[in-house]
Amino acid sequence: MSLSLLWLVPVLPLFGAIVNGLGAGRIPRRVVSAIGTGTVGLAFVIAVGCFLRLAQLPAEERIFLQTLYDWIDSGDFSVPIRLALDPLSGVMMLVVTGVGFLIHVYSTGYMGHEKAYGRYFAYLNLFTFSMLMLVLADNFLLLFFGWEAVGLCSFLLIGYWYQRPSAAKAGLKAFVTNRVGDWGFMIGIFLVFVTFGTLDFGRVFAEAPGRLAIGSGLATAIALFLFIGAIGKSAQLPLHVWLPDAMEGPTPVSALIHAATMVTAGVYMVARCHILYTLAPAALGVVAAIGAATVLFAATVALTQKDIKRVLAYSTVSQLGYMFLALGVGAYTAGIFHLMTHAFFKALLFLGSGSVIHALSGEQDMDRMGGLKKHLPRTHLTMLIGTLAIAGVFPLAGFFSKDEILWHAWENGGPLLWGVGLTGAFLTAFYMFRLYFMTFHGQERLTHEAKHHLHESPNSMTIPLLLLAVLSVIGGWINIPLVRGGQILGAWLEPVFADIAHVTGGAAHHAAGEVTGSHATPEITLMVISLVVALAGIYLAHRFYVVDPGAPKRIADRVHGLYTLLRDKYRVDELYDAILLGPIVRGSVRLWQGFDVAVIDRTVNGVGRAVEKAAGELRLAQTGYVQMYAMVITLGTVIVLGVLALR
Amino acid sequence: MTEGTGVPLAAYQILAAVLFTIGVVGVLVRRSALVVFMSIELMLNAVNLSFVAFSREHGSLDGHIFVFFVMAVAAAEVAVGLAILVAIFRNRETANVDDVRLLKG
Repeated sequence: MSLSLLWLVPVLPLFGAIVNGLGAGRIPRRVVSAIGTGTVGLAFVIAVGCFLRLAQLPAEERIFLQTLYDWIDSGDFSVPIRLALDPLSGVMMLVVTGVGFLIHVYSTGYMGHEKAYGRYFAYLNLFTFSMLMLVLADNFLLLFFGWEAVGLCSFLLIGYWYQRPSAAKAGLKAFVTNRVGDWGFMIGIFLVFVTFGTLDFGRVFAEAPGRLAIGSGLATAIALFLFIGAIGKSAQLPLHVWLPDAMEGPTPVSALIHAATMVTAGVYMVARCHILYTLAPAALGVVAAIGAATVLFAATVALTQKDIKRVLAYSTVSQLGYMFLALGVGAYTAGIFHLMTHAFFKALLFLGSGSVIHALSGEQDMDRMGGLKKHLPRTHLTMLIGTLAIAGVFPLAGFFSKDEILWHAWENGGPLLWGVGLTGAFLTAFYMFRLYFMTFHGQERLTHEAKHHLHESPNSMTIPLLLLAVLSVIGGWINIPLVRGGQILGAWLEPVFADIAHVTGGAAHHAAGEVTGSHATPEITLMVISLVVALAGIYLAHRFYVVDPGAPKRIADRVHGLYTLLRDKYRVDELYDAILLGPIVRGSVRLWQGFDVAVIDRTVNGVGRAVEKAAGELRLAQTGYVQMYAMVITLGTVIVLGVLALR
Repeated sequence: MTEGTGVPLAAYQILAAVLFTIGVVGVLVRRSALVVFMSIELMLNAVNLSFVAFSREHGSLDGHIFVFFVMAVAAAEVAVGLAILVAIFRNRETANVDDVRLLKG
């Protein structure tokens, strides 16, 4: 397949979005499904073709640019709509279209009973288009377009059930929180433009080492401002608050946008701009610190949540923290690797939880689940695989990607970051198996009504689950450490990250390093430790939620303060309400009444009244007698003529 | 230029001015729309007279041509004006210009 078909990859979903959007309510459901899933499926096929074609090129030439349109062309500043396919965007493109396709298929089952079916698929296709534009962009402005467009789709899909006030509010919260991040992101882009005079990735990254000194203030500022955007989009501390609330959207949306793809845009952006971050070691340190803090923060909150989707949401925040931890210690490949495996198993977990919710007629509270293993055999099996994968059990996907991150955290970041990551790994294993045991094992605690309708999900939902389960098992095998030729992903991404070595002058940390005896032993040791820790987490969850179901309550009572703190998510929302929202609302009320009503309204009304009064006086001049008007005209003429004659 | 009757140009002008003034006063003071109309005709013809007099004085035909135009337009104007007048009279039973002031606020 020719690479020149690349433009079809984003355009096909856009076509689907337009057709389904304009025809919403008029096109039959089956056609909507066919268009919605078909365009994304076809995009996936073409993406695979382009990817394979790219792989046939020699490593140094693996970048393909396709200009579609001259967007802005002003003087020596130009921004084309140009797609760039390189190993990094290729991987992202496959994840977006591949996982996206499975979730589209799943949606045909999950959303089958919805009235606004066409609207749902129009949004979902529009999201796929936007995300593809984001990853395929070859300049900052196009990236920003995709960045904002996915934010818009996220907003629309969180608020899909806009009749529910909570959903509408959650959508708004996501949108507004992201604006905070986008503010930083835009300033970052402005700084790039002021510094380089161009927004083109190729030129900016090529010129960056020459123009910016390592550790210079400007480099640090650019990197940090861009990272603020990533914090918002990828729900890192302190802008994570929108993601858990985003679970108000339909579950496939949570899987696609709020787990597998959109929230990883920040990770992708940092990896794409790695050269800027390499030039700003301080910013890189901030990335690592925020990532590590988020890992712990979100993992501890996830321990106490009762809503199955909220557990997964906090888990997503925590796993994104891992990715940023990896980026922060310079392990870009590890970050992208975890992004990919996380897309597989977190999409699986969300879709699995969706299948559970679907089976229980909308129940999300894990206190009213339990014992579903025998009722939902397929969902149970796939969820178990996903849970094992995220817990990091050998040899599933999560094990390899998480251990690579932990290894780089140890090697480049020191024992503290590694310790945080390891604690996170333990907590992850514990809370994920808590979710698993509470849902599928133990006593049935279903409501009578849920029990009545209990059913395994249709094939359109379970087949994507099975495929994602397979990916969650084998997804990690493309980057096996310590084995010669095992690091396929590392070697594939090597040309993208090769320029780091030129900047630092030394060997790149990330490199798909060959097996060296020197670090084989510590790496294996770390692997064993993290595996033991994960198994300990699983064992503890089993003890607490299967063997002795009374234990969690006893412990919660003993550390009541800590428990409620975690259950209330560290009361971050309340804090923001108190220090940000409250003053803003109160200040706005004051401005409204003190300035808007008292000053602006009164000025405007005063002007209106003055005009009205003056007009009331002038009105009297208009008598309505035609002859008086004629008289005035005549007198005027006489005066004008008189003046002319006497001059 | 031509061997005239001896009436000087000024006489024509004075007559035209007098006629014009009568017309203006008629437009301004008479209430009946019909009389107003007639006064307007008077003004037009005063101007016509002036045109013709100048034309003869200068031996040029331009003035005559103007006069023909004015007469043609005046005829059209009278036709339309009288039609309006008749329509107003039918509707409001009056031809008094003071009574037709519906647009006054």
